[in-house]
Amino acid sequence: MTSALGSAPTGRDDQVSSTGRPARSTSTRAHRRRWARAAGTGWLYVLPALLMYAVFVLRPLALTVQYSFYDWNGIGVARWAGLDNYVTVFTDSDLLKIISNAIILIVFFSLIPVALGLLVASMVRRITTGAFGTVVRTILFLPQVIPLVAAGIAWSWLLSTNGLVNQVLRALGLGGLARAWLGDFDTALPAVGVIGAWVLLGLCTILLVTGMSKIDPALYEAARLDGAGPVREFLAVTLPSLRQEIGVCLTVTIIAALASFDIVYISTSGGPGLQTTVPGLEIYRLAFSQRQVGLASALAVVLMLLVLAFVLPIQRLTRGEKP
Amino acid sequence: MNLSRREQVTGRVFLIALILVTLLPFVSMLSAALQPRGTVPDGLAWPSDPQWGNFADAFTAANMGALLRSSLLIVAGVVPVSVLIATMAGFGLGQLRVPGGRLVFGLLLLGLTLPFEAVVTPLYYQMQDFGLLNTRWAIILPLIGLYMPFAVFWMRAHFTNVPVELSEAARVDGSSTWQLFWRVQVPLARPAIASLTILMFLWTWNQFLLAIVLVDDATKRTMAGALGAFQGQWGTDLVLLCAGSLLILTPTLIVFLIFQRQFIKALIQGSLKG
Repeated sequence: MTSALGSAPTGRDDQVSSTGRPARSTSTRAHRRRWARAAGTGWLYVLPALLMYAVFVLRPLALTVQYSFYDWNGIGVARWAGLDNYVTVFTDSDLLKIISNAIILIVFFSLIPVALGLLVASMVRRITTGAFGTVVRTILFLPQVIPLVAAGIAWSWLLSTNGLVNQVLRALGLGGLARAWLGDFDTALPAVGVIGAWVLLGLCTILLVTGMSKIDPALYEAARLDGAGPVREFLAVTLPSLRQEIGVCLTVTIIAALASFDIVYISTSGGPGLQTTVPGLEIYRLAFSQRQVGLASALAVVLMLLVLAFVLPIQRLTRGEKP
Repeated sequence: MNLSRREQVTGRVFLIALILVTLLPFVSMLSAALQPRGTVPDGLAWPSDPQWGNFADAFTAANMGALLRSSLLIVAGVVPVSVLIATMAGFGLGQLRVPGGRLVFGLLLLGLTLPFEAVVTPLYYQMQDFGLLNTRWAIILPLIGLYMPFAVFWMRAHFTNVPVELSEAARVDGSSTWQLFWRVQVPLARPAIASLTILMFLWTWNQFLLAIVLVDDATKRTMAGALGAFQGQWGTDLVLLCAGSLLILTPTLIVFLIFQRQFIKALIQGSLKG
């Protein structure tokens, strides 16, 4: 993401120097005029996208920042509030809990899928190219294709009192553990996390296995000759070679965890209590039910910065080598 | 590659376990959807007398015809325009290399990790000012804007790799910039455009937050938004809820299975580049 900025090609200079002959100033001027016109035409191509982006993203973004400094109920007159909303976000125990919920979800949305994906990838190394491979890939991608809402509904049913999870537990003689997983104070957040893990596991596995199949087998041969066991082999060959893929998985899944909304809205509505409320849901509630637009906006700014605080270091670490 | 037999077998076992876990929720929903209405089904039990009629009931209850139409209209409003203007911008930034392009690109990068929640509140008031609240435009227009960072990033990456000589050759032939774009560059960019189209379709179809915030009427929403409303209405009738959810999933699944090769390629490339 960020690396692309640094590697901007130098083609423009080539274009200028290939036609602009410094000896004849008139031709340079003519060239410059032509170049200016070409640049004008070029801008016409960029403009529509930029316009849509400015009107429907940049302007709202600026407004979010502006609202965050006001006390506003969405209808009446807004009152300047300075940093009050931000102070509330960082001191109110409910809001702090909500932010920490999102961070806890990273364990489920991100660490578990990446760890399991790595485990599978290092054992499978490549999904066979034949029909079996196609079936595996297709099925593992299903959760990526369906709406998160559907995943939420399916898992609400699986985790409900009569659902499959409890049915299996009872069959195993562990009926004592059975409960309404999403309604229980202690298990609700992990249960929501399991839904996210289910959605993202297939994607991570396939990305990592795809990366795995690009690793030169000679590296493994060499490691074996050096007497490396599976663990050494994993640490010395697999992990470094998959750095970029791991970075991608972490980026995608961490954003999914921090900005989660759909799954939580459908499966628990944030309950019981505030056990599963995440920033996205709280922004929605504050802005549209409780009419605290200023506070909602401050939380939105914090959420945005939180995402960047996690994602930028990962980008730097995993793509660090390339300038 | 010398993998020991034991490793290979464990690998397979893990994969198959993963597949089962992935499929279980769907199977469990199907088993519930086929139970008689009004019963409290078990997690997974094949019904003695499968009630396929539940799907017909759910079709009517969910107003599926109207929902399909609405989602298609929204996709038709978002996808072609997004793909076209993103391709144009990618061409402008990656091939024509307009002056100030890097600034534009930097601005777009800013939006790449932006959670939609961060802009949804002002979007609501903006749509209210435009008088578009509760119309499909309230979903279509913001989505086009929100897709631009990724879409332009994607197309620019393609156009940056096309050698500039190609454009120069076309210019020597006397073609205008538009001819160069439309006749030479766009046909060459077809694979990148195809992947982008698939991703935009999927993200639009599954968009939930904008749908529930900006449009009250479920029949004017996306499929995902409509599913949310359906759950609100029929949440207590589990049999019907499962039947309806599966039904609402069917169009995506059909499209996915038909284009599964392209979908998977697009999703892998999409996340690697994003």
